[in-house]
Amino acid sequence: MATSISQLLKNNKSTLLDGWIQKQLTNESLRDDLMTNDELRTQSEELVNALAKSLTDENITQVDSSDFDEVFEILSTISMSRARQGFSPRETGLYIFSLKEALIDLLQQKLSENPTELFELSQKLNRLLDNFGVLTFETFIKGREDVILRQTEEISDISTPVIQIWDGILALPIIGTLDSSRTQVVMENLLQKIVDTGSSIAILDISGVPAVDSLVAQHLIKTVSATRLMGADCIISGIRPEIAQTVVHLGIDLSNIITKATMASALKHAFSMHRLAVKRHETEKKGF
Amino acid sequence: MDKIPILRMGPFLLVTIQIDLYDRLALNLETDLINMVHKTGARGVLIDISAVSIVDSFMGRILGNIASMTRVLDAETVVVGMQPAVAITLIELGLSLHGVHTALDVERGMALLQTKHSLDDEMAGDDADDTE
Repeated sequence: MATSISQLLKNNKSTLLDGWIQKQLTNESLRDDLMTNDELRTQSEELVNALAKSLTDENITQVDSSDFDEVFEILSTISMSRARQGFSPRETGLYIFSLKEALIDLLQQKLSENPTELFELSQKLNRLLDNFGVLTFETFIKGREDVILRQTEEISDISTPVIQIWDGILALPIIGTLDSSRTQVVMENLLQKIVDTGSSIAILDISGVPAVDSLVAQHLIKTVSATRLMGADCIISGIRPEIAQTVVHLGIDLSNIITKATMASALKHAFSMHRLAVKRHETEKKGF
Repeated sequence: MDKIPILRMGPFLLVTIQIDLYDRLALNLETDLINMVHKTGARGVLIDISAVSIVDSFMGRILGNIASMTRVLDAETVVVGMQPAVAITLIELGLSLHGVHTALDVERGMALLQTKHSLDDEMAGDDADDTE
């Protein structure tokens, strides 16, 4: 009569857990700096419990079976949290594979008098846990990807702020390279803000753009034309000497765009377009 | 058949496009508008496209044509209230509408036409430029 793997697992849960923890603690890749041993124990216990609960003799060969949903969920949580805690993928993978070793050790103890059965069960277990391992990797990578995605979104959000610097005057400092997808975002943000605030002047500051080639210039001209179509004027400021040189060498025509060397002079120009004047008080206010 | 109303406001004409333009309608508008400019001797045309959400290259060309034609008849064209998406589309189509004046809304468009109108009067050396 074949030995029931689930029965075996249920009866020897604590032995298995102890064996596994022992293995992990003696392993030199143990990272007690990232995770306390108590935490590790709770995590491992949870996993072993879930496995013992869901594993039956029938579904051991069917990894896709919905019986393992709980195990998968725990595995996902573990690898996600490990991705965030800063474990390397190798450490997370080894964590799952060490469970396999512990399980096979257990089988070896219990089934030492029946080699055929031992071999069969080991193979099945091997396959199952390999799948678990792969799944762990998958979620681990997904966890990392989530982090990267969030950061990318944050960067594109913070890199195109449209600031209202005066009533009717907007400023848009561009930091970093201007490619077509960013131009799109910049243009959309700027035009929307023009509509929202009813501004008639937009200052595009390119002091943070490392280099202007014909493509970047093309994007700038597009943005300026789009603002003009909306009925607002666009001033390009922050043009460094090198950029002025490149623009002329490349033969880019910026003559029908208002360009200023600094943001300050652009603002001054904007003020004069609005017929505004900045004036110093002749005498200091009394009482100060 | 739909017809876009052309309103007269002093020396200017006001056109408010409330529906998405299709080709025939745009062509009719062009003809009607030019006839109206000729008939009334208007000095400026203000086209409000704030309700237009879809444009194509044909629409862009019609707008450019209207501007050029009115200029021949000595009137300025101001397009107002263009939506961001429309502006981006026109730019991507390579139509930057040179020769068309633009403004954010009808009010500013009117002010723009007014300044251009009074400038013209001054240039003509008219002493009585405060009489309409």
